[in-house]
Amino acid sequence: MIPLVVTAGTALSAIGAGLAETRASLLARRSGLTPCDFAGATSGYTGRVPGVEQHRLPEGLSFFDCRNNRLADMTLRQDGFTEAVAEARAFYGPSRIAVVTGTSTSGILSSEEAYARRNITTGTMPPDYNEEYTQDLFSLPRYISAALGLTGPLLTVSNACASSSHAFIDAWHWIASGVCDAAIVGGSDSLCGMTLRGFSALSLVSPGPTRPCDAERDGISVGEGAGFILLERAGTRTVSPMARIMGLGAASDGYHMSSPDPAGRGAIAAMRQALDRASLRPEDIGYINLHGTGSIVNDAMEDTAVFAVFGDRTPCSSTKGWTGHTLGASGIIEVIIAIQTLETGVIPGCLGVTAIDPTFRSQVVITNEKTHPRAILSNAFGFGGTNCSLVIGAA
Amino acid sequence: MRLALRAASLRGPGLSGWTDSIPVLRDPSLWSDGPVQPPPLTTLPPNERRRAGPISRLALSVAEEACAQTSLNPTAMASVFASANGDGGVIDSILRAIITPSMDVSPTQFHNSVHNAAAGYWTISHGSISPATAIGCFDWTFGTGLLKAAAETVTENHPVLFVAYDMPIPGPIGTVRVTPVPFACAFVLDPDVNAPAMAQLTLTYDTSAPDMTDLPDDPSLRTLALGNPAARSLPLLRLLALHQAGTISAGCLNGALRIEVTPC
Repeated sequence: MIPLVVTAGTALSAIGAGLAETRASLLARRSGLTPCDFAGATSGYTGRVPGVEQHRLPEGLSFFDCRNNRLADMTLRQDGFTEAVAEARAFYGPSRIAVVTGTSTSGILSSEEAYARRNITTGTMPPDYNEEYTQDLFSLPRYISAALGLTGPLLTVSNACASSSHAFIDAWHWIASGVCDAAIVGGSDSLCGMTLRGFSALSLVSPGPTRPCDAERDGISVGEGAGFILLERAGTRTVSPMARIMGLGAASDGYHMSSPDPAGRGAIAAMRQALDRASLRPEDIGYINLHGTGSIVNDAMEDTAVFAVFGDRTPCSSTKGWTGHTLGASGIIEVIIAIQTLETGVIPGCLGVTAIDPTFRSQVVITNEKTHPRAILSNAFGFGGTNCSLVIGAA
Repeated sequence: MRLALRAASLRGPGLSGWTDSIPVLRDPSLWSDGPVQPPPLTTLPPNERRRAGPISRLALSVAEEACAQTSLNPTAMASVFASANGDGGVIDSILRAIITPSMDVSPTQFHNSVHNAAAGYWTISHGSISPATAIGCFDWTFGTGLLKAAAETVTENHPVLFVAYDMPIPGPIGTVRVTPVPFACAFVLDPDVNAPAMAQLTLTYDTSAPDMTDLPDDPSLRTLALGNPAARSLPLLRLLALHQAGTISAGCLNGALRIEVTPC
């Protein structure tokens, strides 16, 4: 595949606004999970981003206002990201930069609030409700392109919890085929009643903070956040890259809508494809950032799949004990975490684990370890049986 | 981008599958309104068949029909499922449950609410581990979806099943996001331009073109095309049915995809 580099990037989650805060929380093993108190849901813990309620979108773009686009806007303003995109825009031209973003629920919280205010007699929504620019899935890349002054092609990919990982693959297709020269890749997902209540209905929410890979793990903690990177062909501009995207893999389970295939057939295929495209062997990967949701079946399936591809020698962990499961944004947030790991050399061992599930055979790490990985594999899986693996290499 | 279009199918009011629709597409004066009733999904296991919503049944009906026209194995085929609204019925029902304190969200409805539900049911129905992408691009879903599917076809050098589908949304959201008719279409794209095909396509993405999609001249088909984002495919389907060369513009945001059709 064509060599791709990340030339700018940032993330926002419960553990921090931007790279420095995210890195500090990882190194200090400081979780962002707090007891849930959102949209009437009070069970379990959430990774909630502070300050979203107070944030305002720029003048002229306020019609995009919803929690999801606020998260996106807060993120764009961090780490000099907007300025870095402006430089790329000047180089490539605004129409040559695509926006390819993932989200699972977009601005549906706005629809939840509007439903509560709907006219019961007529069955109509309140007049200030705007579906197109909030709940609609396309709202996110439309907002981002407007905020960044880009006029290239826009795409929303919505493959459940693998959405923003998958966005890397879709952006690669567009860059490689010449549709664009560079792409803003990432995603945003925000707390809402739909996911908090939906995961509860499936008995997937842990009463305490999620403990991925623990023998007594009992579910996920829902989180929220956003992250974006600037992806382009290596060597086109003279900027120093943050990291390389070396390999990408996608596969389906073809098994069940909400339970992963226990044999991990799709996860194994996605990881092998990502390694093949990176021209790397399993032993070249220094760390695996697991999807690791903390649900009983996901973590067991992922252990089976990782062991099948990597054996027991590659350290792996989930960082969802820090951020919670940020659903469609988890892929991009964990790519940013992987880039921090490449830079610090410190693998973030799983948080909150008392005893690793004794049936697990892969090398799960539960303390921070300085091992200086040079290439990291990042997994994201989702409902509908969707699997995505990315290989991120040191710059 | 040059590629082969190996098969096509569609389902909408008065358009029940590819073979039945050819005469109407060739001569739109023959069009008459009719119910959209996808056939039973015999490829899905009974449990999944019971859970799959009407929108997944609609999407899978055209996907199956398009694949059946080729010698390609659907299990091995990558797919792109493109829908603006997703499952509006499920979203409406979940929203009602959320604002009703005593009401629980249905687990089946919650897993059907993911935008990749139809893609998921498709891969389950074929026990397929091939990648399946679900996208949503509002009224530009057909043009952008085809741009995504074509880029995947040529970049990965593998055939791609491209499915576009949408349905009317019930309830309060449906009064704001109005989609008058159900419609779905599917196309099998092949990077091998020498493959047995209906037509060869040359696709050119122009970011400076107006983001408008060509519409059929015939008033009935035009109403359908305006009534569902997936039905923006009707001018392309018409050229294929007529076995006629031509060029069509499919709006993206931003710009448009120029589709040059050369019949085989």
